[in-house]
Amino acid sequence: MALRQFGAAAAVTVALALATPAHAVTEIQWWHAMTGGNNDIVNKLAEEFNASQSDYKVVPTFKGSYPDTMNAGIAAFRAGTAPHIIQVFEVGTATMMSATGAIKPVYQLMKDAGEPFDPKAYLPAITGYYSTSKGDMLSFPFNSSSMVMWINKDELKKAGVTEIPKTWPEVFEAAKKLKAAGHTTCGFSNAWASWAHIEQFSAWHNVPIGSKANGLDGFDTVLEFNSPLHVKHLQNLIDLQKDKTYDYAGRANASENRFASGECAIFLTSSGYYATAKSTAKFDFTSAPMPYYPDAKGAPQNSIIGGASLWVMGGKKPEEYKGVAKFFTFLSATDRQAKLHQESGYLPITKAAYEKTVKDGFYEKNPTLQTPLKELTNKEPTENSRGLRFGNMVQMRDLWAEELEAALAGKKTAKEALDAAVARGNAMLRTFEKTAK
Amino acid sequence: MEKSVVFNSKLLPYLLLIPQLIITFVFFYWPASQAVWQSFLREDAFGLTSEFVGLENYTTLLAQPEYYAAMMVTVVFSSLVAALSLSIALLFATQADKNLKAAGAYKTLMIWPYAVAPAVAGVLWIFMFHPSLGTLARPLRFMNFDWNPLLNGNHAMALVVMAAVWKQISYNFLFFLAGLQSIPKSVLEAGAIDGAGPLRRFWTITFPLLSPTTFFLLVVNVVYVFFDTFGIIDAVTGGGPAGATTTLVYKVFADGRLGGDLGGSAAQSVILMIIVIALTAIQFKYIERKVQY
Repeated sequence: MALRQFGAAAAVTVALALATPAHAVTEIQWWHAMTGGNNDIVNKLAEEFNASQSDYKVVPTFKGSYPDTMNAGIAAFRAGTAPHIIQVFEVGTATMMSATGAIKPVYQLMKDAGEPFDPKAYLPAITGYYSTSKGDMLSFPFNSSSMVMWINKDELKKAGVTEIPKTWPEVFEAAKKLKAAGHTTCGFSNAWASWAHIEQFSAWHNVPIGSKANGLDGFDTVLEFNSPLHVKHLQNLIDLQKDKTYDYAGRANASENRFASGECAIFLTSSGYYATAKSTAKFDFTSAPMPYYPDAKGAPQNSIIGGASLWVMGGKKPEEYKGVAKFFTFLSATDRQAKLHQESGYLPITKAAYEKTVKDGFYEKNPTLQTPLKELTNKEPTENSRGLRFGNMVQMRDLWAEELEAALAGKKTAKEALDAAVARGNAMLRTFEKTAK
Repeated sequence: MEKSVVFNSKLLPYLLLIPQLIITFVFFYWPASQAVWQSFLREDAFGLTSEFVGLENYTTLLAQPEYYAAMMVTVVFSSLVAALSLSIALLFATQADKNLKAAGAYKTLMIWPYAVAPAVAGVLWIFMFHPSLGTLARPLRFMNFDWNPLLNGNHAMALVVMAAVWKQISYNFLFFLAGLQSIPKSVLEAGAIDGAGPLRRFWTITFPLLSPTTFFLLVVNVVYVFFDTFGIIDAVTGGGPAGATTTLVYKVFADGRLGGDLGGSAAQSVILMIIVIALTAIQFKYIERKVQY
């Protein structure tokens, strides 16, 4: 009796289990490298998307620094457990795009999933960095920034600099005045040495970093940033480093608070520094476009972006790709983009979101946030300013910085250092070219 | 008549050895052979393409002037770290071996730094010696000393050596202290009665009797500086400025992990492995003769 009851109960349970509608939620793994306030933004975006529909669930996972996240993704791919979406910083672009088969290009993804997708709706200065030369978008821009010049208005006033310098010679003059006014250890400085003095500098002056549109048109690109203009600029920095009118501040952004502490009153770094500056700088500050050499033809051109984009990994199920596509559509919505931009300081990725922010009058209250956009859209991008795509770029940046350091320490002349950076970089590019077929 | 057990099976010794052999194979020989194999391949980061290139990774590597620079840096770095961490630890250990008040607390505190992860140790030293943020760099600059590890290679080297030494002293201290405590007091007392002063007692009695410990630590420290210090270098200098603190192991890390050049990185690991094996062999062959067990 008891046994029969149990049997019946079991049968009912099994029947129920089988009858339950197969409404399985498709999980989408998203690996990212966002910390602090940006981590909250990532989690909030996922939550909002998950609440907006019931078929897909985006699961964000923090994987450490940018290189850590990228390496985790590569290792996971080799082990066959790659996530669906992975956030990769801009310098990892060439490595990702050369991995045909390991990634699913975004334009292909949107097409396959039948999601409405108009590449022209996005800001070309941003998507250009992540697109093929034909304009096919390979990865989805997530957090983008550009390089701007941060200005300590109080200190400039004290030093008798009445106008924010626009050109490099003006910056040097201002720095000398600042130094005379007590800034003995730093007239001006910058973070991200290679990004500032090679990558952005070249684009802003419309001179090539490398051939083949800075590598965008092919991996057989050759570096060319040892031009007379580059040599002249580095020579100026070397001369000013001697008495600390310019003071080198390292390869990454660990020295950014030399600005907030008041030590360096002119400091070039990412526009993404905004949130930190706002909370730590106890003086009146603003951002201005990067300086340029007035005698360089066509300068200023337009700046290029930094930051990271979302790559979709290959070998997943069509159903999962559909969810990823829907998530990207969700991210592109004008209101959401505008809000993201205004809250985080990241650049909006669609034209509509930018226009909406202008229309809302947001920049009148927050002019600092418009500086990078003005730089990026200053002119129609040329071959030299669309972006750059060099293999092994993560390590390449360190290599370039090594040579800049050798020059600034007086071990090499400007020409020797840039020639060495170009030669060593080219050797690295040739190794990469052989593996990226 | 003596009772003895005889195992006749010839298989048994091997069976008993198997667990140890498996561990050695899985954790040492297998990864090492993988590295050797990989050093003959050219692969992209994702492992999508793989091509046998013979010795090409080695020839490219040996054609790089930076590789020889890294070797020189390694020689300077490792001799400084090994010499300083051993001698400072020995000094501390001899002091701690005396009859001190609160000797226990002192010994415990000495061991603490060993529990700190290399990268964290690096960050601690950055906070102290960063040219513009560091708490200890400010007084240096105030004294008109142009402390600038971001551009001055010697300053950067001093910084990573300090961090690496600081981290290793605890370990050496622990072993030296144990070694000192195992030296019979009677020998030292006999020396004292014969009229030998503290210094003479140290050099003629303590130091020779301590030599097995010193030799063991020398081997361990050399392996430490060769393999275990890249976390510190990565956190403190990132190999810079201008490669002044790029050691061989840091270059392996930078080329493989940051550069995605697995073949070149594997070739460097193999060379590094050979160097360390050779160094250890030399130590055992020549220095061990002077050790008095």
